[in-house]
Amino acid sequence: MTRYTSATDEDRREMLARIGAGSIEELFAEIPASMRLDRPLALPDGRSEQEVFDHLGQLADRNRHTDREVTFLGAGMYDHYVPALIDSILSRSEFLTPYTPYQPEISQGGLQVMFEFQTAISELTGLPISNASLYEGPSSLPAAGYLAIQENARSRFVVSRGVHPHARETLETYARGFGATVVEAPLDEHGTTDPEQLSRLVDDQTAAVFLQQPNFLGTVEQMGDLSERAKRTGALLVCAVDPLTLGVLRPPGDFGVDVCIGEGQTLGNRLDFGGPSFGFFAAAERYIRKMPGRIAGETVDADGRRGFVLTLQTREQHIRREKATHNICTAQALNALAGVIYLSWLGRRGLVELGELMVRRTAYAREALGGLAAINPGPVVREFAVRVPDLDGLIVRARAAGVNPGYRLGRDYPEFGDGLLVAITERRTREQIDQLAELVGASAREQASV
Amino acid sequence: MSTRLIPEPAEAVTIFERSKPGRRAFTPPPTDVPEVAIEELLPAELIRREPPRLPEIAEPEIVRHYNNLSKKNFDLDTGFYPLGSCTMKHNPKLNERVAALPGHAKLHPLQEPAYAQGALELMWRLQGALAEVSGLPHVSLQPSAGSHGELAGLLLTRAYHEDRGEQRTKVLTPDTAHGTNPATVVMAGYEVVKVGTAPDGGIDLEDLERKATPDVACLMLTNPNTLGLFDLNIERIAEIVHAIGATLYYDGANLNAVMGISRPGDMGFDIVHFNLHKSFTQPHGGGGPGAGPIAVSERIEPYLPTPQVVQRPPDNGDGPVYDLDFDRPSSIGRLRGFQGNYGVFVRSYAYICSVGGDGLREVSETAVLNANYLKALLADDGIGEYLPVAFDRMCMHEFVLSGSGAREALGIRTLDIAKRLLDHRVHPPTVYFPLLVDEALMIEPTETETKETLDRFAEIMRELLAEAAEDPEIARNAPYSTPVRRLDEAGAARRPVVRQPLPE
Amino acid sequence: MADENYPDGLLYHPEHDWARIEGEEATLGITWFAQDALGEVVFFDPPAVGSTLTANESYAEVESVKAVSDVYAPLSGEVIAVNDDLSGSPERINDDPYGEGWLVRIKTAEASERDSLLDVAAYRELLGR
Repeated sequence: MTRYTSATDEDRREMLARIGAGSIEELFAEIPASMRLDRPLALPDGRSEQEVFDHLGQLADRNRHTDREVTFLGAGMYDHYVPALIDSILSRSEFLTPYTPYQPEISQGGLQVMFEFQTAISELTGLPISNASLYEGPSSLPAAGYLAIQENARSRFVVSRGVHPHARETLETYARGFGATVVEAPLDEHGTTDPEQLSRLVDDQTAAVFLQQPNFLGTVEQMGDLSERAKRTGALLVCAVDPLTLGVLRPPGDFGVDVCIGEGQTLGNRLDFGGPSFGFFAAAERYIRKMPGRIAGETVDADGRRGFVLTLQTREQHIRREKATHNICTAQALNALAGVIYLSWLGRRGLVELGELMVRRTAYAREALGGLAAINPGPVVREFAVRVPDLDGLIVRARAAGVNPGYRLGRDYPEFGDGLLVAITERRTREQIDQLAELVGASAREQASV
Repeated sequence: MSTRLIPEPAEAVTIFERSKPGRRAFTPPPTDVPEVAIEELLPAELIRREPPRLPEIAEPEIVRHYNNLSKKNFDLDTGFYPLGSCTMKHNPKLNERVAALPGHAKLHPLQEPAYAQGALELMWRLQGALAEVSGLPHVSLQPSAGSHGELAGLLLTRAYHEDRGEQRTKVLTPDTAHGTNPATVVMAGYEVVKVGTAPDGGIDLEDLERKATPDVACLMLTNPNTLGLFDLNIERIAEIVHAIGATLYYDGANLNAVMGISRPGDMGFDIVHFNLHKSFTQPHGGGGPGAGPIAVSERIEPYLPTPQVVQRPPDNGDGPVYDLDFDRPSSIGRLRGFQGNYGVFVRSYAYICSVGGDGLREVSETAVLNANYLKALLADDGIGEYLPVAFDRMCMHEFVLSGSGAREALGIRTLDIAKRLLDHRVHPPTVYFPLLVDEALMIEPTETETKETLDRFAEIMRELLAEAAEDPEIARNAPYSTPVRRLDEAGAARRPVVRQPLPE
Repeated sequence: MADENYPDGLLYHPEHDWARIEGEEATLGITWFAQDALGEVVFFDPPAVGSTLTANESYAEVESVKAVSDVYAPLSGEVIAVNDDLSGSPERINDDPYGEGWLVRIKTAEASERDSLLDVAAYRELLGR
């Protein structure tokens, strides 16, 4: 018997007798013999809890995590401090172990969290409606693309090269299913979406235009101008945002964005080697019946008491089936809960203070690394890209000093083969930034002397 | 009775309504760099003037707010949750502990593989275990949920056919299929063709043969199906589908019935998705996160998403080295960011290590034993005549009853039964699915429930039905003991309020 | 909700739609039976004014909390008005399916199509009531 099952031999006998079966085997008699596995699974036998704990601990020890190095790695997920109250609340079984709230009378906690989450996302993005979360950031792009195609029956996507490369690749993957083409709008010499090129690429067959703010290189895009150019032919404007920058940056809702999406990891979620986190999806009012995913709504019960339910469900796969607005079923409720707790913890002023701290430290870091050529000299919030003549050398040197200097741009941007993307969070102190600058300086001196 | 011993529960208050200007939970770290004015660093037209109206509230009140909200949820750690097709099995506590180890939880997804060997090895080992359970050799862990795995499967199917120069346009799904199947088919650019159900609850073979034309790309099948029945004609179905060159997709939602007993790969399937949040104990979290890895046959392997976790031979006599392989020219590409829901992989891998290969088989045996036992109990006089089983066969891990008897004889509907169960502190079964069963109740007890719990559930059903025979109004107006009573869902959908209005 | 009724003087379509002929024009809606089968209606997605309906084809959707139903055109014609009040009060389709719950008004295209529709007796027979 495993430690998670309770059927004793006596239980089995009694239960089989009640069923009218002679053996467990008989329960599976309908499976044709040729379809039955005639050997045990070739997997190790079960182990004690402490053995499994040790094994998983040993695997964990072979990962260099963000408490074991000073990391300037970002590029879509960031080393932010996750407050203790999130661990405490998320570990409550009442949040951890229920299913999707199909029975609202016994799910008011989860449903109200969704409603609060939607309110918080709506406030952040400046758009009136939000769903209760999607899987994660990059796959939220095609979700918006699917909405656009259903809305305007066009089949061309124009995506800025400043959008996260994983998101662009994900959009390409989905687009083959949608029967849509994806065209890339290039960056200009400042690392921002080239406005002239964008205007040229957006035609009357363009279903949606995708931008990211700040873009992948960290640059703050000129949203007003780009928005006007993107929307000229009736295409939908979809903007991916880093929600933690929205205390200092004007929200997408101010720029006529139709759909705002993004990665929620920065809102109180741990890195977890890339997931689970959550994606969010906010939109203009007119898309309310075309949104993907779960949506909670406020209502009253039979006694007139305030309550919450999943609403507008006719959009969803379990009702509309092949005409659904998306195939998503399970989303990321627990991660979205972390998100709304984090935003409550940070609060109205905290969001601004954190944003301003990132802006100032990033400016400081840029100056400290002033010896390196900037790839994106324009305004940035929390991340910037530089050219490092001896990138390999710097990485080796930094690694030896316990510093991860950032993300190599070369894999995704061959044009920046010597590019390094440096991310700053509230966890990166001035002292650590100075250390990175010293390492860069030492690396440059060594190269000069070779 | 008019005396009220218990005061009315308090009206729901949101976190925004608890806000008061000036309160705070967050103390920012000191500004250790020059305090340059933000206007000097960002263009004026891009700076936010009015901060979003997030709550202003100190830590004690945040904690109380969410703790109190949690108490309005029913959860699996508290009581029986026989929600059909959702596999609400116990979520081992160890899994939460190991997933929270900093080496797993605080690992950056773009950490160089050389510094993430433990994570990559864990993924490699999980891939191997899933391949063994499914009988299909190649695994991608990337999809984020079952529906995401389904989409991956159909995009793989598309890539496979296109690589052979074929343009196929249709995908077959049984009329009993979960709604994600047809929704996915359309997202993947195919036309849905429904296949009928035979009197025994399996696929209607004649209908399948009629619709299995050369323009069919794939058959999506859940086996055991959404009625909890193993399809008796699975070999013939595989033959028919392979004869027209289409792929066979296995929706692994119901894998919990057959682990170590029967493998989709051995049945001839090309692609299977796993719901790690069902069979492999990732907690459901009130609606996510999950993960939906896929396993595929040799002919589908070239098209798997990038990146793939690979094991490379050691270059210096040490152990093997693990890496991410991006060099996959035929791949369908990415389905999401980074490598997938790693935190879920840790939990599921810990579960597989805990129960082992032998334990997985026992898990499925017990799940099927529990389901058949409960089905037998619910066939008793006093229950069975009101809730006849939809297909009277040996079931797998779940079974479907029809509330038609209760509606005719007692004047209560399945919905009323579900709502009255809430007063008994039991989560109701899945209701009104599958669609082809009138007033359906779909019951999946899972293997982690005891015989005593199943006995008690049957007694509750008996009491509930006897009560309805006396006075059906009780069930029709249930529940009574929950934080709120039946909610006006029509009102919510007619005039949607999906966010809270806030004062300026 | 209204009590079950099927007024005289309307023409009925077997997909549970009705038409009230007014000269060259017709008002369309769904029958008591259809709204009862759907349950509480929460949304009506109307066609655009000026668009063309084809007899026996779907021209709009009505939604209840957990179902979506196509609405079929009993007659062909051009939409000259839609019931805008339904956007704020879709429950009118339940409360008064033949009155305030009307869906669209059309200018009919083909008078002969009327002959293929059912009168109230034939529709009741179809329903078995």
